[in-house]
Amino acid sequence: MAVLTMRDALNQALHEEMERDPSVIVMGEDVAGGSGGTSGNIEAAGGIFGVTKGLKTKYGADRVIDTPISESAIVGLANGSALAGMRPVAELMFADFVGVSLDQIFNQMAKFRYMFGGKAKTPVVLRMSMGAGMNAAAQHSQTIYPMLTAVPGLKVVVPSNPADAKGLMKQAIRDDDPVVFFEHKALYSKKGEVPDGEYLIPFGEADLVREGSDVTVVALARMVPFAMKAVDKLAEEGITCDLIDLRTTSPLDEETVLESLSMTGRLVVVDESNPMCSIASEIAGIAASKGFASLRAPVEKVTAPHTPVPFARELERMYVPSPGDIEAAIRRVMEGA
Amino acid sequence: MQQSPDQIRQAYRQMRLIREFEERLHVENPKGEIAGFTHLYSGQEAIAVGVCENLRDSDFIISTHRGHGHCLARGCDPKGMMHEIYGRADGLGKGRGGSMHIADLDKGMLGANGIVGGGQPIAVGAAVACKARGDGSVSVSFTGDGASNQGTVFEAMNMAVVLKLPKVFVLENNGYSEHTGASYGIGGDLKTRTEAFGMPVWEADGFDYFSVYEAAGKAIEHARAGNGPSAILATATRYFGHFEGDPQNYRAKDEVKNFRETKDALMTIRDKVTGAGIFTAEELDAIDDEVLKLIDASVDSARNGPTPGRDIMMSDVYIDY
Ligand SMILES: Cc1ncc(C[n+]2csc(CCOP(=O)(O)OP(=O)(O)O)c2C)c(N)n1
Ligand SMILES: [Mg+2]
Repeated sequence: MAVLTMRDALNQALHEEMERDPSVIVMGEDVAGGSGGTSGNIEAAGGIFGVTKGLKTKYGADRVIDTPISESAIVGLANGSALAGMRPVAELMFADFVGVSLDQIFNQMAKFRYMFGGKAKTPVVLRMSMGAGMNAAAQHSQTIYPMLTAVPGLKVVVPSNPADAKGLMKQAIRDDDPVVFFEHKALYSKKGEVPDGEYLIPFGEADLVREGSDVTVVALARMVPFAMKAVDKLAEEGITCDLIDLRTTSPLDEETVLESLSMTGRLVVVDESNPMCSIASEIAGIAASKGFASLRAPVEKVTAPHTPVPFARELERMYVPSPGDIEAAIRRVMEGA
Repeated sequence: MQQSPDQIRQAYRQMRLIREFEERLHVENPKGEIAGFTHLYSGQEAIAVGVCENLRDSDFIISTHRGHGHCLARGCDPKGMMHEIYGRADGLGKGRGGSMHIADLDKGMLGANGIVGGGQPIAVGAAVACKARGDGSVSVSFTGDGASNQGTVFEAMNMAVVLKLPKVFVLENNGYSEHTGASYGIGGDLKTRTEAFGMPVWEADGFDYFSVYEAAGKAIEHARAGNGPSAILATATRYFGHFEGDPQNYRAKDEVKNFRETKDALMTIRDKVTGAGIFTAEELDAIDDEVLKLIDASVDSARNGPTPGRDIMMSDVYIDY
């Protein structure tokens, strides 16, 4: 096993898939960078987070397309090329820029197959960085996966570690449906073991990353390592938790959550998004409607507050759910029963 | 040069203020106290100041992610800005916005903007209000070469023309859109493309305050007189990376050095003003000293400013909820 950052694991997935399938193309702002510059460097950036590094040098400008700042047209490019037989991987630098391109995402790519008599295939992967952690403030830090999870027709991926990121990205590229792939920017430099050789991770299969008997903790993306901290700390005191990493929010692995809940009877859901209509409220809703008999305590939702993402270090730290917040929530559900 | 010595002194001071504000941030940034993305305006001072020196209190401007220069030129308080950049509770945005979101509605400054192309339609809206007020006020948006490719900018231009609004589009070509050269991203050329919407475009040397002042003056008069929107196209360069920390692999090694040595906006205005005998070098140096002291004081006070707490995070999401 190699130890890689999530950035490099994603980069490997892109390289492998581009190598394997000539219909895979990449597009976005500065996915290569340097065009029109004065240094002569034709790959000055490789993506502003370095995820698309080396692709243009290897696969050329026809398959790795730097675009002007035109998010609507970037997603449109992905949509149209997908309908016409390509497998585009389009990048929106920041998830917040979905705001500029939302029509192409939720009116267009999500609905083609349904509206067009089941004939259309839109194998787009729409990659984007998300999340707080860089003090990038209200327009560059949002975790908008709940919004897109709510759209029928879209699949939504939210990896928490390098190995999953790679396997899920390869699956996303091969998947025939449109996939929105959220990369938490605070995880790009985090390292983890990545299996050698070829592997795919199917969608809709959550990962049980810790096993325990007292509480079911459900988390996603950056909240998984945060929850791990809380869970491991409490294990030393004898409070043991199942920790479930959702990995995809659409499809959503209800079964794994309900099965664990049936054993523990207590549920904590951790979600970096704003609380209303969040993944946390979705999971809590599933527990209420399908796991009610198992519940021994009120479900605890650990989320960001109902505010935009603030800038200052102190504020952003307060905004993002912390391992301490998760620990406190686990203690509350233990007391509640 | 039809401006009074007082006006010229003011313009020079504003340009120096922007320059020193940004150069100082470039020095402070690596120290680690400033969080988030910082996009510096050094090199483009003549554009913001050349435009804003034409404005009245009742006018509006809207800025970009590279907003410090526009904010200062519009009269935002440098200390309040510095406190915001340091994330202080008493910054212009109470520490919630940071460098990319500095605004001061009291000054007709409708905000820097983190969304490229986000500001232009908003500025068209402000122009609707200006027209409705009927007091001859105007709305000005700043747009980078990269941003000029955003659909929202085309929509804003067309809408302003169709509604014949008092709107001025300031197109700032600094040669780059992040890591990509302007020539790569722009189809056709900015001038004819903008003219095609049916508005006049005045070109200016973005390093030369007087050139920008004159072009902006024409555009703003055009709008005040009820003749509808227009644009100015000013070309300059940015002296630093796209953001602080950008390795600038897309740029020839001596590009910035050459610009600094041959075209610099502060050098240009100094040469013109002293050459015409309006001010002596010593008089301008005295302004520089005063500005430097102001920047020192702003940084000192920002470094020691109050940190925001939970009450600040939770407030102002709504007015009433
Ligand atoms: C909608 C949107 N897309 C992309 C970005 C990322 N981004 C920020 S600045 C920038 C380049 C802007 O170039 P230009 O308009 O020329 O302004 P300059 O940076 O040169 O001042 C990009 C791509 C963004 N902030 N918002
Ligand atoms: Mg530019």
